[in-house]
Amino acid sequence: MRRLLIPAAAALAVWPAWAIDQDRRFDDPELQARYETLISEVRCVQCQNQSIKDSNVTLAADLRREIARLIDEGRTDEEIVEFLVTRYGEFALYRPRATGKTLVLWIAPFLLVLFGGIALARVVRHRTSLPIDDEPAGKA
Amino acid sequence: MNRFLWPLVLVVGLVAFLVMGLRHGDPRALPSPFIGKPAPQFELPTLKNPEVTIGTQHLAGKYSIVNVWATWCVMCRAEHGFLMALSANDTIPIYGLNWRDSRPDAIRWLGELGDPYVASAYDADGRVGIDWGVYGAPETFLVDPEGTVVYKHLGPLDADIWQREFAARMTGGGTGQ
Repeated sequence: MRRLLIPAAAALAVWPAWAIDQDRRFDDPELQARYETLISEVRCVQCQNQSIKDSNVTLAADLRREIARLIDEGRTDEEIVEFLVTRYGEFALYRPRATGKTLVLWIAPFLLVLFGGIALARVVRHRTSLPIDDEPAGKA
Repeated sequence: MNRFLWPLVLVVGLVAFLVMGLRHGDPRALPSPFIGKPAPQFELPTLKNPEVTIGTQHLAGKYSIVNVWATWCVMCRAEHGFLMALSANDTIPIYGLNWRDSRPDAIRWLGELGDPYVASAYDADGRVGIDWGVYGAPETFLVDPEGTVVYKHLGPLDADIWQREFAARMTGGGTGQ
């Protein structure tokens, strides 16, 4: 009886861990790292504001399984991303590739900063060229 | 004058942009990357008879629709009546993709509500669903006689949507066949 106690306690302690992570584990840490990165960069198209890593809807689980299968098959990250984009479109990627239609997403922030900078420079130059006629009152 | 013109132009532009965003319709509806491309290849056992398979080649030859459904999908029940009506007057062959479902449940559902499908492919693990870019049932694809995906609708079908989005895209005697 005593001899069974420790294994039984150990088994009970491990039990909840099974429920948390039923996902694929890769033996190779490098593959595991690639898998983790890929699933955190793919949007769950069903829930839209979560990555498939964070989501537990069935489609996210299916996509994680497909990505694990593609890694098993020795596909590169580019090939796996291509697999997803041909099926779900660029929207499925949290980091859309800088091509064609998505180019505006990538350059828009820089253009905004540029235009803002030009506007700011013009305002500042205009103001500095004004005569200083608003001397603090009460000093004279 | 010029001082006020630029901010005005900016605000009008911004408002136009936001209005466009609002009028876009269902924000959950994503453009399907398959529009204008050949329907994705598949080969699956049929729901009612696992011995018989159904695949992409069955879609060729005339306009057909592929309807993604499941018994757990509430909106599929909502559109079922319309699909029955569509099949009753022989408008178009309807193929089903029974997505991530239980076979006995699905067969029982068709027994109770009627079966509008020429056949339903049984996609238990969702593999073919992924190949078709399915992300929420019900989804309905319109496939032309050459096997090209012409349109995809997300959500339940009804007569209005059918007329506006499907019938209007079928040319050359599609409707009568």
